Amino acid sequence: MSEDIILETRQLGKVFNGFAAVSDVNLTVRRGTIHALIGPNGAGKTTVFNLLTKFLPPSSGSVIYDGQDITALKPADVALKGLIRSFQISAVFPDMSALDNVRVALLRQSGLAHRFWRPAHLLNRWNEQAFALLEDVGLSDFAHVLAGELSYGRKRALEIATTLALDPVLMLLDEPTQGMGVEDVDRVTALIRRVAEGRTVLMVEHNLKVVATLADHITVLARGQVLSEGNYATVSADPKVREAYLGIRADEEVAHA
Amino acid sequence: METLASPSASRLEKRVNHPFVSYLPWLVAAVVCLAAPFLIYPVFVMELLCFALFAAAFNLLLGFGGLLSFGHACFFGGAAYLCGHALKVWGLTPELGIVLATLGAGVLGVLIGMVAIRRQGIYFAMVTLALAQIVFFSCLQLPQTGGEDGLQGIPRGMLFGFIDLSAEVMVAGSKIPLAMYLFVLTLCFGGYWLIWRTVHSPFGVVLKAIRENEPRAISLGYRVDAYKLTAFVLSAMLSGLAGATKALVVGLASLTDVSWHMSGEVVLMTLLGGMGTLLGPVVGAVTVVSLHHELSALGSWVTVTIGVIFVVCVMAFRRGIVGEIAYRMKRSF
Ligand SMILES: Nc1ncnc2c1ncn2[C@@H]1O[C@H](COP(=O)(O)OP(=O)(O)O)[C@@H](O)[C@H]1O
Ligand SMILES: [Mg+2]
Repeated sequence: MSEDIILETRQLGKVFNGFAAVSDVNLTVRRGTIHALIGPNGAGKTTVFNLLTKFLPPSSGSVIYDGQDITALKPADVALKGLIRSFQISAVFPDMSALDNVRVALLRQSGLAHRFWRPAHLLNRWNEQAFALLEDVGLSDFAHVLAGELSYGRKRALEIATTLALDPVLMLLDEPTQGMGVEDVDRVTALIRRVAEGRTVLMVEHNLKVVATLADHITVLARGQVLSEGNYATVSADPKVREAYLGIRADEEVAHA
Repeated sequence: METLASPSASRLEKRVNHPFVSYLPWLVAAVVCLAAPFLIYPVFVMELLCFALFAAAFNLLLGFGGLLSFGHACFFGGAAYLCGHALKVWGLTPELGIVLATLGAGVLGVLIGMVAIRRQGIYFAMVTLALAQIVFFSCLQLPQTGGEDGLQGIPRGMLFGFIDLSAEVMVAGSKIPLAMYLFVLTLCFGGYWLIWRTVHSPFGVVLKAIRENEPRAISLGYRVDAYKLTAFVLSAMLSGLAGATKALVVGLASLTDVSWHMSGEVVLMTLLGGMGTLLGPVVGAVTVVSLHHELSALGSWVTVTIGVIFVVCVMAFRRGIVGEIAYRMKRSF
């Protein structure tokens, strides 16, 4: 396997009570790229994320990260290897300030997290770093606001700051712009482009404009299987994609209206 | 001054950063505890202290770790037996007996914790209950525990080999077991301080994060089971400390201490006082133990009466006594 491939799956599959949500997925993510995973609702994108990060055990196949088979690892250990995921439903610690959300991530890396006999102001040593991360995502004015009280777009930004605190090698973002207004979408898009420097991003995204702007490579998933692959031009010209994906999206837009 | 941007934070900082305000509760508690044995029967005060520590230790797991154990009596009662045996049969000095019993509760905590931690919610409660019942039946069968009679006549002995804990002295016109009282006060305050410290530590912050969003904590690389196990073992050891001290105070370790009634009682104390608050379990323990004491004339109706009081309390203020007061005060700010 080549040096510049960071993540690879082989015949990855997941069966829920006889229903194959994901089957025979061979995914290849190149180091330093932004790779988008797209497909209609229920295609199995979130399930693939859960399989990659071991939040669900695969029914078949294997996951190779950085040349190493990680199929048998526990989710926390996958994270310790630098593969950090976000969630489709925004994942913050709601009753903690934005600052504390970031500091919890910084604390994990320090090896001091088990110290129950030390005062909590030990965390102050990461204030500067945490403020810098919050500033990076445009949240410096909200450091002391409880995460649960932030607007939806800001929660997503906070999530990215928290993830960045761990300096991930590979970031998995599940629909980072879902449910956002145009302004927030633009801001998050710019943010992802900026944080993708020097690392790899694998993202699930519904907004095709975001995909077109950001993604170097696209994998289209439908009914749990890879339907098409390539850059935006290739994928969007593929008649199979137009039928399966764009067709369903048009229906959806009617349903949403 | 409150800015629009950070309404809750500035208020929080103002309260926490004032040194006097953070020491005040400890000061009040010390004064109350030092005055108490002059006003109330000292042995009863010491018993209250032990149960307050037990409930606070239980709350560390339930309120701050988010885990409902239904078997905490096995740590409390198990340590009581071990301490009693160490003092009575092996002739250990009281401080060594208590250290040994606390460590014993810790070992038991590791064993039970490792099995139970992997289960969630009600299954966790059931596993702890089942394992605690094994401890109960062991205590019933073992010849050393005295079976139905319990382990009686546990001597208080000589602290560090030279301070007689059974001695009583006249202070301001009352006869008080001064050395014993101060010893118990030190242990209970020490234990309570450790709980307070744990809640306000880096570890406490991680526990909070796990409670608020476990999948996110995992995705940040926290091995959450290890943190839960640490909380479980700490809680078990502090419950053991409470049980061992109680055995020394009343000179008795009995099946009551290790039975599932006791496990239920500590749940009740914590919920009644307010789980997840530091003071709640103390208030709950004092309330429940005092009620038992006051209502003891009712015989077996005590349980029913306390049960009714509990139900009424839970319906009227589900945050518990202290939780409800704290909530009302916060809202009126
Ligand atoms: N834990 C689960 N148990 C059973 N079925 C599931 C589970 N998670 C997902 N599925 C099913 O798998 C399919 C793919 O879901 P998902 O991966 O969430 O799709 P996507 O993220 O592409 O919208 C859906 O039909 C969904 O109902
Ligand atoms: Mg999804």
